[in-house]
Amino acid sequence: MGNNILVVIIVTSLATYLSRFLGVVSAEKIKETSKIFRWFNCLAYSTLAALIARIVIFPSGTLSEVDYLVRFIVVILSIVIFFLTKKNLVYPTLFSAMILSLLNVYL
Amino acid sequence: MVDTEYFLKGFKSIKGVGSPAIALGASFIAIGALLKNLGFSIQESIFSTFLTYALPGSLVMAESMLIGASLINIFLAVWLVNARLYPMTVALMPLLIHENQPRWKYYLSCHFIAVSSWLIMKDNYENIEKENRIDFWIGIGTATWSVAIVSTVIGYVVSDFLNKDILIGLSIINPIYFICMMIGAMKTIQISLSVALGTILGPVFYFLSPEWCILFGGFIAGTIAFLIGEKNGK
Repeated sequence: MGNNILVVIIVTSLATYLSRFLGVVSAEKIKETSKIFRWFNCLAYSTLAALIARIVIFPSGTLSEVDYLVRFIVVILSIVIFFLTKKNLVYPTLFSAMILSLLNVYL
Repeated sequence: MVDTEYFLKGFKSIKGVGSPAIALGASFIAIGALLKNLGFSIQESIFSTFLTYALPGSLVMAESMLIGASLINIFLAVWLVNARLYPMTVALMPLLIHENQPRWKYYLSCHFIAVSSWLIMKDNYENIEKENRIDFWIGIGTATWSVAIVSTVIGYVVSDFLNKDILIGLSIINPIYFICMMIGAMKTIQISLSVALGTILGPVFYFLSPEWCILFGGFIAGTIAFLIGEKNGK
């Protein structure tokens, strides 16, 4: 690790802020009723979906140590809980960690 | 400057049945522990979440530091992984921009754009008059950002007590929160198709390029969803 931590943090934050900043610059000229706005809206949702699918299917960190089948079961059960609890977000998130830990130990 | 009433209304979004606090907390606790293991001081860890506030970016920073990447490589890797923030910002800010509001609010508060705050704002903006949306947004942003910073500190402090099983449990919480939020957002043909196609094409493109799969897969999925939606009257 040759780089100074503080410099690395600043470089990381600038690289991150760049996309947000350019987003506001572009947004100043875009009306919310326009076609281009609807296109970007689709791009934003699809990119997020791609990101989340990647995190679950090809994880890079600790999640990669969990079996595919276990991850799949946890996702399905959490979605079921989400609908059973009338779209409450707290229950599925809490249950997901519990189900994952249980399945990971006993399967 | 900032209307307190709408700021607080936004700030309260971290309470209740739609709360992102647990999901955000879980992932930033993991980040705090990771940064400590990387050799960051507690001040540097706080500074990192304070300034970056984007999870995949912080993870890439950590990975790059481990392999001793150069600053320019770190910049490019982080920029690439956080480039999704560009379409997210373009898809959010036109809903908030109002002629009576000063420009600095937009350039400063765009720092708060992250998946959870963005999804909450998208879910709620219609209930707020356009002029007040930016203050409402600053409230949401401040709340989610604060949770992230506090959780980073907690993760840093308790890192010695976090064994592998706990970290594995923490790692699923955030994706599950996002999945449920996205399903909740599927109210029009365009958004439903964008989410469904993105979920399929992101992993498919992984086989071509792990680095570019999210942007390529997302771009193609979103464009197809847009075209089909336009043909069918949104």
